[in-house]
Amino acid sequence: MSSVALRGVSKKFGDSVAVDDFSLEVFDCEFLVLLGPSGCGKSTALRMIAGLEEPSVGTVSIGDEVVNGVDPGRRDVAMVFQSYALYPHMTVYKNIEAPLLTRPMEPTDGGPARKLGPSERTVRVQEAAATLGLTDYLSRKPGALSGGQRQRVALARAIVRRPRVFLMDEPLSNLDAKLRTQTRLELVELWRRLGTTFVYVTHDQVEAMTMATRVAVMAAGRLQQLGAPQEVYERPANLFVARFIGSPPMNTLDATVRQLDGQLVASIGESTLVLPAGLSDSVVVDQRVVIGVRPEHLIVHQEGPLQGIVRSVELLGHEQHVIVEVSEHLLVVRQDSSSVAPAVGSGIRLTPDPDQLHVFDQSTENRIDPGPVIP
Amino acid sequence: MATETAIPVTSRGRARRRAAGWYVLLGVLSSLVLYPMWMTVVRAFSDPFIYLQEGQPFLPTAIDWGVFRTAWSDGALGQAMALSVLIAVLITVAQLVTSVAAAYAFAYLRFPLKNVLFVLLLASLLLPIEVTLLANIQTIRELEWLNSIQGLVVPFTASAFGIFLLRQGFLGVPSELRDAARLDGFGHLGFMWRVALPTNRPIVGSFILITALGAWNSYLWPRTVVDQERWQTVQVALRSISVERPERFNVGVAAALIAFLPILILLIVFQKQIIRGLTAGAVKG
Amino acid sequence: MTIAGAATRGRRSPRGREALLAYGLIAPAFIILAVFSFYPLYRLFRFALYRPNRFGTGERYVGWSNLPKVLGGDEFQSGLWITLKYVLYTVPPGLALGLLLALAANRRLRGIKIFQTIFSSTVASSVAVASVVFFGLVNPEIGKFGRVAFIDLSSSDSALRGVALSSIWQNMGLTFVIVLAGLQALPDEVLEASRIDGFGPIRRLFRVILPMISPTLLFLVVVLVIFAFQSFAPMEFLTGGGPAGSTETLVFKIFRRQEFGRINEGAVMSLGLFGLTFAVTLLQLTVLNRRIHYGN
Repeated sequence: MSSVALRGVSKKFGDSVAVDDFSLEVFDCEFLVLLGPSGCGKSTALRMIAGLEEPSVGTVSIGDEVVNGVDPGRRDVAMVFQSYALYPHMTVYKNIEAPLLTRPMEPTDGGPARKLGPSERTVRVQEAAATLGLTDYLSRKPGALSGGQRQRVALARAIVRRPRVFLMDEPLSNLDAKLRTQTRLELVELWRRLGTTFVYVTHDQVEAMTMATRVAVMAAGRLQQLGAPQEVYERPANLFVARFIGSPPMNTLDATVRQLDGQLVASIGESTLVLPAGLSDSVVVDQRVVIGVRPEHLIVHQEGPLQGIVRSVELLGHEQHVIVEVSEHLLVVRQDSSSVAPAVGSGIRLTPDPDQLHVFDQSTENRIDPGPVIP
Repeated sequence: MATETAIPVTSRGRARRRAAGWYVLLGVLSSLVLYPMWMTVVRAFSDPFIYLQEGQPFLPTAIDWGVFRTAWSDGALGQAMALSVLIAVLITVAQLVTSVAAAYAFAYLRFPLKNVLFVLLLASLLLPIEVTLLANIQTIRELEWLNSIQGLVVPFTASAFGIFLLRQGFLGVPSELRDAARLDGFGHLGFMWRVALPTNRPIVGSFILITALGAWNSYLWPRTVVDQERWQTVQVALRSISVERPERFNVGVAAALIAFLPILILLIVFQKQIIRGLTAGAVKG
Repeated sequence: MTIAGAATRGRRSPRGREALLAYGLIAPAFIILAVFSFYPLYRLFRFALYRPNRFGTGERYVGWSNLPKVLGGDEFQSGLWITLKYVLYTVPPGLALGLLLALAANRRLRGIKIFQTIFSSTVASSVAVASVVFFGLVNPEIGKFGRVAFIDLSSSDSALRGVALSSIWQNMGLTFVIVLAGLQALPDEVLEASRIDGFGPIRRLFRVILPMISPTLLFLVVVLVIFAFQSFAPMEFLTGGGPAGSTETLVFKIFRRQEFGRINEGAVMSLGLFGLTFAVTLLQLTVLNRRIHYGN
């Protein structure tokens, strides 16, 4: 049974399509991240799970039930908003208590679900507050709290009713960088402790890669790829995913497939790269493709097939980036800072790790399998 | 592969019924607002005696367009309206000039006693015309400004509210723009004319509308300053046309409509700006 | 003269020039305010210290005792009482109606803008126009509802209520506009959070929406109260102050005391009105504004 399922969901606002034929099954207890640039539809998809928007087409299910048309308050979901959305006129205590006021819940002493009495609510609120370190702040109002504290109140309000699904809409984006890293860890710990399904929206791929059990990459309202972070990194399904994941981004080169000495090669201007084995059934000669190779998989080599000129060297302390112009493409090469940096303007030859080449069709932008071999 | 719409039919029907419910409520509330206006229109068209005899029906007993012409000539409405327009224009222009000048000083200049003077400005809000009426009418009498343009206009050529509003707007101009203007060699006048005012066009626009509206609608002061018929503003003239002659109430009401309709049209056309002017200060953020 | 150029000029310091410019800029406004707002306050006090002499030919000085005498007297007391009643008759209904209109019209429906325009339309009406409109509705002889007992203008018990109708109607537009602006300024996400927390529409209204727009509502109360203090035209049009002086508000009484001989009494009343306005404004600035200290 999946925890959340979107099946064939589309959402139109007037003439613009925010989400296009989107299908996704979220497994129980997983941490699923919806990742994509602004405007890709990830927040809309999240809001449809919450019930704040209804799909134009398609069904949304939570547990086994289709919840289209069901009021957000009755879907047993909790949501943490980007701006935290705390009630400014209520104390922290009252903010956390709010979700308990109208809904029947399973009381701790067993028995059927009913509305909790005041003392039971107090217990739950204090529990949630303790989990998030807010016990000393219960009588304060949001205006008197820092950004990080407000976020924890938003989290406490979410966990207090032990929902089936936690929804989070870019909860870290209003925090400063240092707090962001710390809170990332705390969120993952919270997830482990609660053992509930998390659906998390962000545009930050670092958050996605470090927190997710699976990542759903979205662009222009469509699902681009769904998979574990490592898989999405190592086997991007199309050019968008390839360029979006990874920092610095993957290098891409336009090429044409040719035959040379009985082998299939990619011809990039003057240079020629041998294509990975096993592609002979998937490509044809003269096909236009895009070759992708990550900056860490390019090595400076005297006899490397890629010939270019060093345009710039960026020293980052722990590593350096060498920016090379090859056949009108700018490539980034990552090197350890112990390597000797080549001189700007000098000629240079590069070779890619042959197992780490990605090949995409230039017109469809999809990956051409098989990709690099992963043992 | 999109599946068919699986949204249950009931939820769409429910939404439609809910919308219909709201429309009904909105219609009922609209009638609260519109009923008095409608009845006014009805009474304007209907002959007063016949209307009363018929038990004051919802629809006019006749459609007599001539009543507007009568209202216009009998009440010398043309003259009154011209006067109202004139004083509205004069008051608005004067308040704009004095308020912009003072607001600029409070926003951008440093000078001794600035805070004291600002507090005085706030204090003047406690002294509206209703409070100062008797003293001001004495002053006007002593200046022999009764039944005159000066008497009607001069007391209202400054506005603390306007100064606050414009000062707020000026303070909102990013300081980088001030620095850029200085580097470009602009003095105060140049900065005000090229930067501070243009960036605040919406606020200035709203202020103009609200001030003109207030001047056109004002009643107490024109009523006090004027005792000759030819110096009546539209609002003051309404009293003599309507209330003092209830047997010709249709004429009076027609006059009220003539006074009201231009403003209503102005409101509809400039809705956004007028509303912005009215809500300034009421809503945070 | 550029702003920077002033610093390089000769004798007068740049600060001096700036101050001179500033005084020049504020002078026009302040002169007007001095003559027509502050000077009158002084004059009112001066009038208040005198009474007409028994021959009616001049004034004689009576001193500060005149103030409590007039303020405690029947005329002022009745004017005060009537004005306060008027506040009671116009402010709560006006607020409630404006709230109702704004809550109803704050939603996404097709054609909602038309309703919003209709609801705000009484803003275009002046006091005079509103009074004429309601003359036609509540005047005992020719008004359609002239015989309705609760608002009967010919009875001194109910006349003020009849007059109040015109102010309530006129204020509807302004009240609606201001409350609507307050509602629209509410952050969407807080309202969405309350939906997810399971708050139904009624609970949401009372526990979230109303508390969050309370600053706006408070501001509106003060505005409406001050309008009520200043009411004059509706009485002039509809009842002329009658029957039996039951609709003579403070401003109405003050207006009738412009002439020599009555102006002294009128001046004291004006000062009384001033005190009342002062008290209400002070109330707003202290008690009510303390509640504004929450919020993000």
